[in-house]
Amino acid sequence: MRKPGKALLLDDIDRRLLDDFQSGFPLAPRPFAEIAGRLGVGESEVIARIERLTAAGAVSRVGPVLRPRHVGASTLAAMAVPEDRIEEIAELVNGYREVNHNYERTHRFNLWFVLTAADEERLTEVMEEIEDRTGIEVLDLPMLEEYHIDLGFPLQWT
Amino acid sequence: MSASVSAAVPDPIDGALIRAVQQGLPLVPRPYAVIAGGLGISETEVMARLARLIARGAIKRFGVVVRHRELGYRASAMVVWALPENRVAEIGRRIARLPFVTLSYRRLPRPPVWPYNLFTMIHGRDRTSVLDQLEQIKERLDLADTGCAVLFSARCFKQRGARYDATWHPEATNPCHPIELSDLKSASGNNLACAF
Repeated sequence: MRKPGKALLLDDIDRRLLDDFQSGFPLAPRPFAEIAGRLGVGESEVIARIERLTAAGAVSRVGPVLRPRHVGASTLAAMAVPEDRIEEIAELVNGYREVNHNYERTHRFNLWFVLTAADEERLTEVMEEIEDRTGIEVLDLPMLEEYHIDLGFPLQWT
Repeated sequence: MSASVSAAVPDPIDGALIRAVQQGLPLVPRPYAVIAGGLGISETEVMARLARLIARGAIKRFGVVVRHRELGYRASAMVVWALPENRVAEIGRRIARLPFVTLSYRRLPRPPVWPYNLFTMIHGRDRTSVLDQLEQIKERLDLADTGCAVLFSARCFKQRGARYDATWHPEATNPCHPIELSDLKSASGNNLACAF
């Protein structure tokens, strides 16, 4: 990955490449030629630009963003941890293989982690155990409905 | 929404195809032909199967995957809203369609300590621009009087990568944003943009 700090210079073609093809990438035998037609440049230039943007770290890949398979049960958990115990408790929480995502956030509820397990019972068991070991309540905030349709991320260039 | 996806027995060719394209298409004039060659199927079948996986929702989108941090989008906030139950779905869908919003979920609230039932993720170049986005959202959706809280990510203690064959959570798609602790202090007035 590229070193941070070095400014990446983008022209209008780069910006359109980054913005207009985050979804709906052509499923045609020569997708880069189709994009080239839309941008008014050549196929080899499109490929070269994507290679350059990838090398510069602006593009991770041209490919799929997958929907997670919801195997088993999962929830989002939050704890209001005293400042001076956050590292100790974060480490304790990280010790569970059921935890796959653990963040400090700027709120009274300052420790946020995602739990996934084979079933609800195991989730409850882990949360109760964390409460027992830390003496701090764990808020269980399961997802009820998802509203987002991922169409990529429109970039603002100004 | 995703129930039909998870319930379906994965087709072994689809599985192999996803593994083949997961790291990105080869940057050559006929990338689907290269993928096809590796799988022993035709180029047409590769495109047809990808179209089907997209239509079914197993692939959320297919295209250029951008690294926002590298392009200067360095801040993100989890913004949570306390909405009346009968308005959550409507507002959740409307927020989800706005630019700079990458997640919108209804979750079980835990009043009185946690009254918030809608969770959204808002991105920006820095914390100020995230808060500007939030102001625009509140104005456009008439949410000025709705209770909300802004939770910036401070330190990331654990993040397991998202892989198709592993159990993971959609929120794991948010990049880890390690931020200096000094930075954290200055932004800890996290309710400043909210009604409570």
